[in-house]
Formats: sequence, C-alpha cells, structure tokens
Amino acid sequence: MGLAAILASLAFLSLLFISIIGKGYTAFWQTYVRLDVHLSADQLDRTELETADYPGIVKKTLRSMFPEVKSRGDKRKLYALISSGAAFQIREMVLEDPDLVGKTVSVWVPADDDVDMLVKGHIERDVPEEARRLTDKQLAWVDALTGEGRVEKRFNRTLFTHGDSREPELAGIWGATVGSFLTLAITLLLSFPIGVASAVYLEEFAPKNRWTDLIEVNINNLAAVPSIVFGLLGLAVFLNFFGLPRSAPVVGGLVLTLMTLPTIIIASRAALLAVPPSIREAALGVGASKMQTVFHHVLPLALPGMLTGTIIGMARALGETAPLLMIGMVAFIVDIPGGFTDPSTALPVQIYLWADSPEKAFVERTSAATLVLLAFLIVMNALAVVLRRRFERRW
Amino acid sequence: MSPYSLMILLLCLSSAAYYLGKKKAFAVSADVGGARQLHSRPTYYGALAARWCGIPALILFAGWLGLEDHIITGMVVSELPETLQNLPADRINLLVNDIQNMVTGNIVSREVDDVMRAAADHYRHLQNISSAALAVLVLAVGIGGMLWVRSRIVPSLRARNHVERIIRYLLIFCSTIAIFTTIGIVLSVLYEAIRFFHAVPVTEFLFGLKWSPQMAIRADQVGSSGAFGAIPVFAGTAMISAIAMLVAVPIGLMSAIYMSEYADRRFRDAAKPLMEILAGIPTVVYGFFAALIVAPFIRDAGTTIGLDVSSESALAAGLVMGIMIIPFVSSLSDDIINAVPQALRDGAYGLGATQSETIKQVVLPAALPGIVGGVLLAISRAIGETMIVVMAAGLAANLTANPLATMTTVTVQIVTLLVGDQEFDSPKTLAAFALGLVLFIVTLLLNVIALHVVRKYREQYE
Repeated sequence: MGLAAILASLAFLSLLFISIIGKGYTAFWQTYVRLDVHLSADQLDRTELETADYPGIVKKTLRSMFPEVKSRGDKRKLYALISSGAAFQIREMVLEDPDLVGKTVSVWVPADDDVDMLVKGHIERDVPEEARRLTDKQLAWVDALTGEGRVEKRFNRTLFTHGDSREPELAGIWGATVGSFLTLAITLLLSFPIGVASAVYLEEFAPKNRWTDLIEVNINNLAAVPSIVFGLLGLAVFLNFFGLPRSAPVVGGLVLTLMTLPTIIIASRAALLAVPPSIREAALGVGASKMQTVFHHVLPLALPGMLTGTIIGMARALGETAPLLMIGMVAFIVDIPGGFTDPSTALPVQIYLWADSPEKAFVERTSAATLVLLAFLIVMNALAVVLRRRFERRW
Repeated sequence: MSPYSLMILLLCLSSAAYYLGKKKAFAVSADVGGARQLHSRPTYYGALAARWCGIPALILFAGWLGLEDHIITGMVVSELPETLQNLPADRINLLVNDIQNMVTGNIVSREVDDVMRAAADHYRHLQNISSAALAVLVLAVGIGGMLWVRSRIVPSLRARNHVERIIRYLLIFCSTIAIFTTIGIVLSVLYEAIRFFHAVPVTEFLFGLKWSPQMAIRADQVGSSGAFGAIPVFAGTAMISAIAMLVAVPIGLMSAIYMSEYADRRFRDAAKPLMEILAGIPTVVYGFFAALIVAPFIRDAGTTIGLDVSSESALAAGLVMGIMIIPFVSSLSDDIINAVPQALRDGAYGLGATQSETIKQVVLPAALPGIVGGVLLAISRAIGETMIVVMAAGLAANLTANPLATMTTVTVQIVTLLVGDQEFDSPKTLAAFALGLVLFIVTLLLNVIALHVVRKYREQYE
C-alpha cells in the first residue's frame, strides 16, 4: 500500500513531465518560408524607407508566386499563410542596408501559426474543411511551397529573443524572463539582508520574552498565509497608498520579499542553531564582544545554510504567480522591460496568460515556457543541493 | 538629480566618511601614544562616521520619496480652477492621472486644454523643485552627520559600543518587519472590507445564497443586479479542498508510513528528492496541467460512461490540487512519525506484535495529534491555493454538491474581481477584499491551531 502510494505520486510526476515535454518540445522549432522578395525602387522611396508599404511588398511577392490566385477572398487567404512579422523583418533588413533597394533578395520569414501547426502535424488533413483552421486551397499552397523546398523548420530564436505578441509565431518569453529577473533581483537584495538580520537578532540577541515570542509566532504564521493575500497587501499598500507604478518589477519584488522573508528567516535560524556553542564561547573567551562573536565567527559558519535557504526561497518566488496578478503584472506587454519601474510581466504570469489564449500554437509555446521555467527552478535547486553538500559540516 | 544617482552619491559619501573617521582616529591618537590608546580599533571610528553620515540621510530620502507624490498632487489640485475643484473625487482622480501622464509623456485620455497644460507645467515645476531640494537636503544631512561625528572623535570615545548599538537597532528593526507585514495585511484588507460592508451588510455577505458580483454601471442597465452572498463561493472552496484532501491525505500518509517504517535507505534516498521535486513545481504549472490534460480527460471519461461533466469541473481542479499537496502531507507526517520514540516500537515488538500491528496500534495512535495538525496545515494551503483553481476551475458560482459541475472558489473570485481595470469605490472591487479577509482569517485560525497542536505533540515526546 505504502509503496503503491509513493509510486502513484511518482507516476503523477512523470505524467506531468511527459505531457508537458511532449507538448512543448516542438515549440523550439518554428516553420519558416523562403520568399524571393523584389525590393523595387518604385515602391521603396529612399527618402521614406521608414514608412514604406512593407506589407504590400510581401503581398506582391506572394501574388507573383501564385499568379493563378485572383479573387479577393482567395488573396486574403494566401496572405494569411505568412506571419505579419514578415513585413517588419523586411523593413529592418532594408533599413539596415538601404543598398538592397532595387534588388531581389531571398529571405526566410516566419510562417503563420496555422501553417506552423500544419507542418508540425497538429492540424489533421482528413477532417472536413469547415472544422479545420486552413482551407483546402491553403493546404494546396503550403504543399506547393513545400514541394519547391521553400518551407523549412528552424530553431525558434524568436521564442528566446522577443516579448509577448498576439501572434503565436512572433511571441517570445524574453520580456517575461527579464521581468522575472528584475523582480527576483529586488527580492534577493531586500529579503536576504533583512532575513539574515532578523534571524541573527532572534537567535543570538533577543531576550526570551513575550515580545520576541510574538515575533516568532508571527513569522511562523506568515509562512503559511496564502500568497494571494500578500498580493492584496501589495495592491492596497504599495499601489494605492504609496502610489508606486502598476505592473512594475519593483512592486513585484517588494511583495515577493514579504512573502519569502519567513522562509529565509526560518532557514537562517536553523543554520545559526547548527553552529555549536563552543565556537561562540571560544570567541567570547579571547575577548570578542557579542557582536564581534556573531559577525566574525558564527555568521560565516552559518552562511552556507542561509544561502541554501535563500536559494530555495528564491526558487519559490520565481514560480509564484498569484500575488503578481494582484499588482497588475498580467498586462499585455510587448516591450522588453529596461528598468525596475517599467511595466513588465514575469515568466509564470506569461505561462498563465498564454494558457488562456485560444490559438492552438500557444499551447505548445505555453509548454515550452513551462519547460524554461522548470529548467531555471531545477538549476536553482541543484545549486542549493550542491551548496549544501559542499559546505555541510558535522560538528 | 535622479534618485539612483543620489543613492550612489550617498554611498560614496559614506565611504568617504569612513576614511575620514579612521584618519581622524589615527590623528587624535598620535598625540597620546599611538592607536593603542584609542578605546576601540580605528575602523570602528570610521564605521561610526559612515553610519551617522548614511543612515539619517537614507531615512530622510525614503520618507521624502514616500510622501513626495501626495504632497505635489495636493498642491497641483489646490491650484486648479474652482470649477474643476468642485468635481466629485473620482473625476478629480482621473484628471490628476491625466496630468501625471502628460508629465511623463504618456498618452492622455482626453483633450488637452490650457488648464491641463498649465497644471502639468506646474506639476513638472514642483517635481523639479522637490528633487533639487531632496538632493541638497540629503547631502547636507549626510555631510552634517559626518562632520558632527568627526568633531567628536577623541581617544576615549566608545566607538565600538556606539556602532554595535546602531547595528543592534538595525537588527531589531529588521525582525519587526514580520510584525509590520501582518499589521499591514490586516489593516489593508480590513479597511477595504469595512468599506465593502457599508454597501453590503455583513450578514448578507456571509449567509447570502447568490453570488453575482457584476454591478450595473448605469441604473437602467439590465441583468447585472449585483448579489454578494458568498455561500456558493465558500461551498465551492470547501468542495475543491475536500477533493484535494481525499487525494492527498491517504497517498501522502501512506507514503510517509512506508518511507519511515518499511523502506530501506537506498529507496528513501532515491524517492525523497523526487517527492521534493513534486513540491517545488510552481502552481501555475499544475494549473496548466490541470486545464490541459486532466480536465479534458475527466470530461471524456465522464462522457463515455454517460455522465455530463463540465469541462471546468471541480473534480479536475481538486485532483490536481491534491497531487500538489501530497509531498506537503507526506513530509510533515514523515517528521512526525519519526518523532515517535523508538522505545514505543520496541515495547510493542517485545509483546509479540507484528510490524503492521505495531504501526497500526502503537505508532499511528501516538502520532495522530501531530498528523491532524499536519492535515490542518494542508487544508489551509488548499484553501489558499490560487493558480490551479484560477486555471482549471470555473467562474460561475454554483451551489451544488456535484463534483462534476463547475464551481468557483474564494481565490478565483479575488483574482477575477481584481485583475484588470478597477475603481476603488465599487462594491465589486471591494468584495475581493472582503473575501480576502475571510480567507486570511480562516487560514490564520487553521495555522494557529495546527502549529499549536504540532508543538504540543513535539513537547510530549521530548
């Protein structure tokens, strides 16, 4: 029975990993289409390269590739095969090298997410046309492109270099990753010193009285308060009372600091408690003051344990979503945040946002983002384990 | 001057104070026979100067930044023309928002007229004055503190004791942050909740049977009456938590018993870290898993045996939440079973009991209070869990006992009420805080009881 229970929970674990990896690994590849774009000089005025009609150029290229397409509806369906990011890509290419005007260049542009899904086998060809995201004609065009060797799956760099987007093929997690990083930086900067300081006071200096008892009970209770309540606190105090900006990593960092503090304090106190009293007595014996004893001798010995606790606390903070929803870090933000007060999202919030999106292509991207998040967490936890092994000391 | 550069300047100033203090200590001691004659080591004089330079300036800095916005906004509003000042409070808020947007160069939601432009200029002007005044004041306080300490450095100054006292106060301050957090939570949630209870009576909130928080914006609007009876929400929370506990408690408890009583060392060393991985997975991942895999699976399974299962059934959310809580239950129970003294087991074996009889009749009853405490903690986690239910459970408040129907929870309602644009005077937004208050009180009670039970239990065997 007991063994079955353990095996059941491990089976859940493997099911979770298998399903997420199985759904997510394809997102690291993205379908690209090669277009031979003629950058004609009459469409691109050299003086107005910034505002030229790049979508028009892409459309013209597509029309020239499929001259038989005549009706307006069909044309629109043809244009829908290529991502709207293609025009931006060509624009940037031209702006970088204006000499390209007048030449014909061959570029790989991202395909639309429906085409991507088709190439990856997520859209079935034998279901009736109405139940499919792509029409029969569109299928034929994609097949024609594939036949010419113009369709290729490549490593999805967009996923790791771009911010969020409404178009799955242009959406990336870099913006969310930067947001998470900024938030965690604030959390670490605040929670580590404050946590260690409180632990040192409570363990080494505090007299045993009602006041310190109250603090202790408080910390234990805070450790078990639901994270969303911290979000309510952040909303009411930091946003409404202090008027800090919404959606900013600095507020997220403050809220997560309050949330991780109890974890760090409890771990740090355990680490201090593990330092044997003989160390303190020896230091006091050679004439160190109480403060010198603690800061010169006890704290360095307890530091690895404290760091382990801090890393675990940080890992929890990285995966935390609910309080960030409360302080508005769920906004749709395309730009990569550049500072602590810029609006941004965080990695787990990005997962939540994408999981809500109806497009099928977002499912695999959500899974991919989850994989990235889990990878970060595994690295952090492994770091904690290594640290513990390396500095573990039996007295 | 931007706050960042001011901060860096202050840091530089503090390090300068450190060197000046140290140098002064050497200088004053040179006349009386070397650094040996100082009360403390020279670095302490430097440290004292640095602290007196940095800390008062920092406090001033933080206080100023906290209040700056309020004061400037107040001054700008008081300068506005009469007609605008007599607007209701929410309109003034909108106006101030727009002025602030103009100052930061964001998009403004209305036509910009001369009054607005003047106000924005005024705002910008005040901001410039304020930041200049802040820089001057902070630096003056820093330099003043430094010079003051420097002038007082004499060989008999008890610098070490002073520095240690300052550090001690800092430590005390840090450890009270936990208290301030609790007070902050209670006050902020309570304040908004009381405002909510002005609009909706407490009894209606706690005992009403209909939850539909959409308020009519205009009086003639149809279909959004706004009913704030929270019983269906509480019932949904209880149902999903109960399902989670039905999954987590048996599996968690049994794996704990197996781990601590039967498993050999090798298996334990392998299985424990894996269980910890299960505990370390972010809840949003569980939520995604629930919404993507478990919920459709349950719906399809239900359809094949002829049941009508909602695609956001309480069962799916509860099941996945249970999986999430398994490691929590198992590690707590593991600790508690390990705390049962070996003498009890040896006594049972000595009377001829088998291993399973020992576990069932001696170890488990002895560990029961502690396990109950652990389960209470697990329940409080299940109630407060947010992301799984937000992603996998529904939004509609149904008062039903059918686990296959869609249900909603307290946390889901808080998230849906507060995400997106809010106005802080409608009961709809404030209701979230009332729910938050209930959530906080319930989890707090559970935690206090559980921690008390676990502690009592530990003391019994120590």
